[in-house]
Amino acid sequence: MTDLLKISGLHASIDADGKPKEILRGVDLVIPPGEVHAIMGPNGCGKSTLSYVLAGREEYDVTSGSVTFMGRDLLDMEPEERAAAGLFLAFQSPVELPGVNNANFLRTAVNAVRRARGEAELDAVGFLKAVRAATKNLSMSDDMLKRSVNVGFSGGEKKRNEVLQMTMLQPTLAILDETDSGLDVDALRIVAEGVKNLRSPKFSALVITHHQRLLDYLGPDRIHVMARGRIVRSGGPELAKQIDAEGYASFLAEAA
Amino acid sequence: MPAITETREQVEKLGQSSYKWGFETDIEMDVAPKGLNEETIRLISARKEEPEWLLEWRLAAYKAWLTMTEPSWAKVVYPPIDYQDAHYYAAPRKKPGPKSLDEVDPELLRTYEKLGIPLHEQALLAGVEVPEGEEARLPVAVDAVFDSVSVATTFRKTLSEAGVIFSPISEAVRDHPDLVRKYLGSVVPAGDNFYAALNSAVFTDGSFVFVPKGVRCPMELSTYFRINARNTGQFERTLIIVEDGASVSYLEGCTAPMRDENQLHAAVVELVAMEDATIKYSTVQNWYPGDENGLGGIYNFVTKRGACRGARSKISWTQVETGSAITWKYPSCILQGEGSVGEFYSVAVTNNHQQADTGTKMIHIGRNTRSTIIAKTISAGKSDSTYRGLVRMLPKASNARNFTQCDSLLIGDQCGAHTVPYIENRNMSARIEHEATTSKISEDQMFYCRQRGLSQEDAVGLIVNGFCKDVLKELPMEFAVEAQKLLQISLEGSVG
Repeated sequence: MTDLLKISGLHASIDADGKPKEILRGVDLVIPPGEVHAIMGPNGCGKSTLSYVLAGREEYDVTSGSVTFMGRDLLDMEPEERAAAGLFLAFQSPVELPGVNNANFLRTAVNAVRRARGEAELDAVGFLKAVRAATKNLSMSDDMLKRSVNVGFSGGEKKRNEVLQMTMLQPTLAILDETDSGLDVDALRIVAEGVKNLRSPKFSALVITHHQRLLDYLGPDRIHVMARGRIVRSGGPELAKQIDAEGYASFLAEAA
Repeated sequence: MPAITETREQVEKLGQSSYKWGFETDIEMDVAPKGLNEETIRLISARKEEPEWLLEWRLAAYKAWLTMTEPSWAKVVYPPIDYQDAHYYAAPRKKPGPKSLDEVDPELLRTYEKLGIPLHEQALLAGVEVPEGEEARLPVAVDAVFDSVSVATTFRKTLSEAGVIFSPISEAVRDHPDLVRKYLGSVVPAGDNFYAALNSAVFTDGSFVFVPKGVRCPMELSTYFRINARNTGQFERTLIIVEDGASVSYLEGCTAPMRDENQLHAAVVELVAMEDATIKYSTVQNWYPGDENGLGGIYNFVTKRGACRGARSKISWTQVETGSAITWKYPSCILQGEGSVGEFYSVAVTNNHQQADTGTKMIHIGRNTRSTIIAKTISAGKSDSTYRGLVRMLPKASNARNFTQCDSLLIGDQCGAHTVPYIENRNMSARIEHEATTSKISEDQMFYCRQRGLSQEDAVGLIVNGFCKDVLKELPMEFAVEAQKLLQISLEGSVG
């Protein structure tokens, strides 16, 4: 079976005071269909940058390397095309959209993606049914659907809202950028369950995290350690436990 | 398919900055010779078979206008207007004011159909065959003004049974001369300002509404203004009188063909609300804004004013301004009756080279009067938009209150947004609040929306509609939906 996502020798930089600052320095990574992979690494190693570059944020300049997603050149696609193709990014800091009704936003997004995928749009009733089921699983109140997108949401509510969007958009690859940060134990469990519910042969995830706890819930297939803009080590779930026990010092030494 | 869906698809097909309403109707016209003089005014008055007093009123306004100069304080720039180089009367060649829809030129009916304004009462009344997924439209009475004359007014019978008069103002002059004579110019005097004087001299048609004591108007009233003829100005005059305890909701819409030349639209709207009366006046202004290089477009110089004469009366202006090359417009309220209420909700969108200087005046005269101003300004392209508002508390306006909120949203870095509030307070017990914000659509917001699958244009549309929510919710339901779509169309091509 072909790889879902294949990243080869990816270099990317960002403009810092008029000079390019290289953040990704040759990332290689492969995610097969149906697998959950985790990326761990110290702050500033390029984890979030990798997620942004994969999602198509324009501020980043890809200087070399390639990314294929379901056999297509991902880097050649607009952000919305990537979303339609099945790539979802759960933001570390979800963005507020004042005055934009959360349910309306969700329905617009779902139907934009469905249109692009050649599927029929959901009508008001069909949408409501689907969203009600999803919010129930995430212990979200109807009230959150009526409010403006992420405005006045607590940290936990924002993260749950991300998982709600993910559930509704049915991605083939979800990138979760520290979705577990700032969550209490209960919220973490709910969010983790939300992700776990999506596990299927047609769903893969790339989970960026600092914490063993989320991984305990998700049971990842592979762990990758990132340092100084590269993947420096990959292994099974035991790698996460090693990091939990020893920290990143030894990996940083490898990356140097 | 609702007109607006069709609109969007058509616009999408044509590409950016296409104005769907820009077609021209080929119809035989009765046009006055170019130029503005007493002869022109006499001709207009004669064509409309007006009484002598109205001709005198027009001539007096014209004399006043000759002594006045064009106001220059607004933040808009345009070449001098040659007032002699325009026609002041243009009407489809058929007797104005047909008795029934059957007498209306089918070409005109088709024009309004194309614009999404159904004039067939039958079709509206039946209203049964609603396509799946669409809400049934409530009947709305429409007065359709084509260049200088009203070509059709629907539902007049239903309305007259309720005691409501809804007719072209030229007909009201004939049928209800006392009412017109009593109220015409009573809120906006003929010599009020340069454009009002011009309008008073040459106004051609517009709507007249009278809602008698205690009557709630049984349906929404609307007027649809269409400029079609070349080199023609449109000078409509609307007069709405609502008696004690009565209420009405009125909506106007406007479009014009795409032309390279600029055309002048100088309207006057007067509202009178008596004791406990309520007038809700909504505008969706979509005159041709000119092309992306700033060529052509309507000059929209409008005087709108409402008088809250009776105690506890209320006048509410809601406007969505997306069209016109230049907009100069300040719908105002004179809050005379004790405890009367004035509201102004505005969304003004400018794109490309459009310029808008718009706002309101709230004149608090009576005790316990209240006013609310919510103005949302959106600028894109190379456009320039100004909110200009006056809140004046007169000495007797004890315990009067005003709340003003002005928010500007910038799209791109070549546009401008300005807020110019004037506050004059002569009563120490009055309370005035003013809030203002300026923001841009952030890269973060755009990226977030696009990551969820929205196109750039859809993302802008969604964010802009969110920004305008407080105003859009004041519009009658079905117009709110159209206004939302209109906002998005107006901003097409403004990002990316």
